[in-house]
Amino acid sequence: MNLCLQRLDGRQTYDYRNIRISFGTDYGCCIVELGKTRVLGQVSCELVSPKLNRATEGILFFNLELSQMAAPAFEPGRQSDLLVKLNRLLERCLRNSKCIDTESLCVVAGEKVWQIRVDLHLLNHDGNIIDAASIAAIVALCHFRRPDVSVQGDEVTLYTPEERDPVPLSIHHMPICVSFAFFQQGTYLLVDPNEREERVMDGLLVIAMNKHREICTIQSSGGIMLLKDQVLRCSKIAGVKVAEITELILKALENDQKVRKEGGKFGFAESIANQRITAFKMEKAPIDTSDVEEKAEEIIAEAEPPSEVVSTPVLWTPGTAQIGEGVENSWGDLEDSEKEDDEGGGDQAIILDSIKMDTGVEVSDIGSQDAPIILSDSEEEEMIILEPDKNPKKIRTQTTSAKQEKAPSKKPVKRRKKKRAAN
Amino acid sequence: MEEEMHTDAKIRAESGTGSSPRGPGCSLRHFACEQNLLSRPDGSASFLQGVAEKSRERLIRNTCEAVVLGTLHPRTSITVVLQVVSDAGSLLACCLNAACMALVDAGVPMRALFCGVTCALDSDGTLVLDPTSKQEKEARAVLTFALDSVERKLLMSSTKGLYSDTELQQCLAAAQAASQHVFRFYRESLQRRYSKS
Repeated sequence: MNLCLQRLDGRQTYDYRNIRISFGTDYGCCIVELGKTRVLGQVSCELVSPKLNRATEGILFFNLELSQMAAPAFEPGRQSDLLVKLNRLLERCLRNSKCIDTESLCVVAGEKVWQIRVDLHLLNHDGNIIDAASIAAIVALCHFRRPDVSVQGDEVTLYTPEERDPVPLSIHHMPICVSFAFFQQGTYLLVDPNEREERVMDGLLVIAMNKHREICTIQSSGGIMLLKDQVLRCSKIAGVKVAEITELILKALENDQKVRKEGGKFGFAESIANQRITAFKMEKAPIDTSDVEEKAEEIIAEAEPPSEVVSTPVLWTPGTAQIGEGVENSWGDLEDSEKEDDEGGGDQAIILDSIKMDTGVEVSDIGSQDAPIILSDSEEEEMIILEPDKNPKKIRTQTTSAKQEKAPSKKPVKRRKKKRAAN
Repeated sequence: MEEEMHTDAKIRAESGTGSSPRGPGCSLRHFACEQNLLSRPDGSASFLQGVAEKSRERLIRNTCEAVVLGTLHPRTSITVVLQVVSDAGSLLACCLNAACMALVDAGVPMRALFCGVTCALDSDGTLVLDPTSKQEKEARAVLTFALDSVERKLLMSSTKGLYSDTELQQCLAAAQAASQHVFRFYRESLQRRYSKS
């Protein structure tokens, strides 16, 4: 294998890009940047009933999502192959290697166990998603704290974070994936391919290893034929890289722990570099709201009083009512036969509150004419009268369209937000 | 010819100092923003601010549609992707801010910038700007406004809870005062960003 290759970004064959790990304010939230590839990892937990065949073990759930912002090619519904492949690899790496002690997640055998859910979101795709994702997953799991539980006989007490400090998960080892890209039938090999290199590679070899040099998963894809010593050499390289990365992770976790303990500022806001020209911060800013009340009163004094809303609902049958009248049809005169009755009301309009309706009422339906129309006069349709229920159900209002005001409801509905409260 | 532009924003809505109690008087929490942090999309910004999903999406989309000059890019789709990194209250306002910064970063022509401000009214009528999650939960009403940068006019409002029309006008006036601050932050961060080019 040629060792004096010059890569596009100036790296050597076995060089990793810069890895940057930052943590959020909540435990279990982290962002890992591998060069420009960015993955957000979040861990959450919930108490659930265990699986039937594993009554004393907790449940681990992994999910990697390729966000639309990561690359133009990632559209919802068009990423399935890559997504399945990545998820499967991640599961094999983290679940099958038993890096998390699932027995410790059991609270009451057969009844309550912790379900740990790891959500990974790819934010920017610049190659080597799997490495970044595996680092993000293991960092988030190491960073996460679950609520403390105590079991005394039959009684289980779940403490809130305020009552008792949350407890970290029990992690045996940290498996990290290392990717090798092969070119020209195995002649050339590159560690940590970036996006351009990935596009032209022949095949990919992924080795998941922990710092004790134990291989957790190994996968070769792309159909390249590798010799035994090539694979062994890759595993040696992977051992070295994993040791470096693990050290970096432990240091990052330690720093975060220290900052939290000392009461300093932590979270993503702090990890934005001050010197970077694309970043800018502003401290807490007081706002002068002393003249707010006067301004508000001025506006209200100058404004017109809200228009009187007269709601005279017309009840057609129990369950169907009408508020307001339709606006005049602005399509112009239409033929008689095009008039449709889609209100489907009954014979008689029952009027609530004994307010007499004007005879000039217009039924708001499509294609209505200017002259008032009485429903029961339709000769073309069969009127089927439904017997009302004893207890008619209330029907929610539908959204109002611009031209017509159909609001079938039994009672007048207060419009939210836009209009002022009438009372 | 169909063209696609991706404008993506990543939001981090959190305050970073844990839950520090806010003193009397209104204040906006610590702000931080980073632009152009993703290499693949055309523009990206990260804005940190101390089922619902669909309706929030619709609100943000309507606000963006009101300011973006769509007629300059016919047959073009502009996709705004927002990723919530963490939620520490005032999420909708933070989403709006991030979307605006990302659109600016992508160079999409707009008729004005916009910003989001959230107000919470607690049970005795005290107005709190930029509430934390706890304050939002305990508030009687939470109002979020999107204001434009030219004349501080209202672009979008989304409210939850009970309030009188006096209180609405008060919150609106307070939001207008706060928006000046946000726009100054936009201006300064953009000035800094383009100061070397």
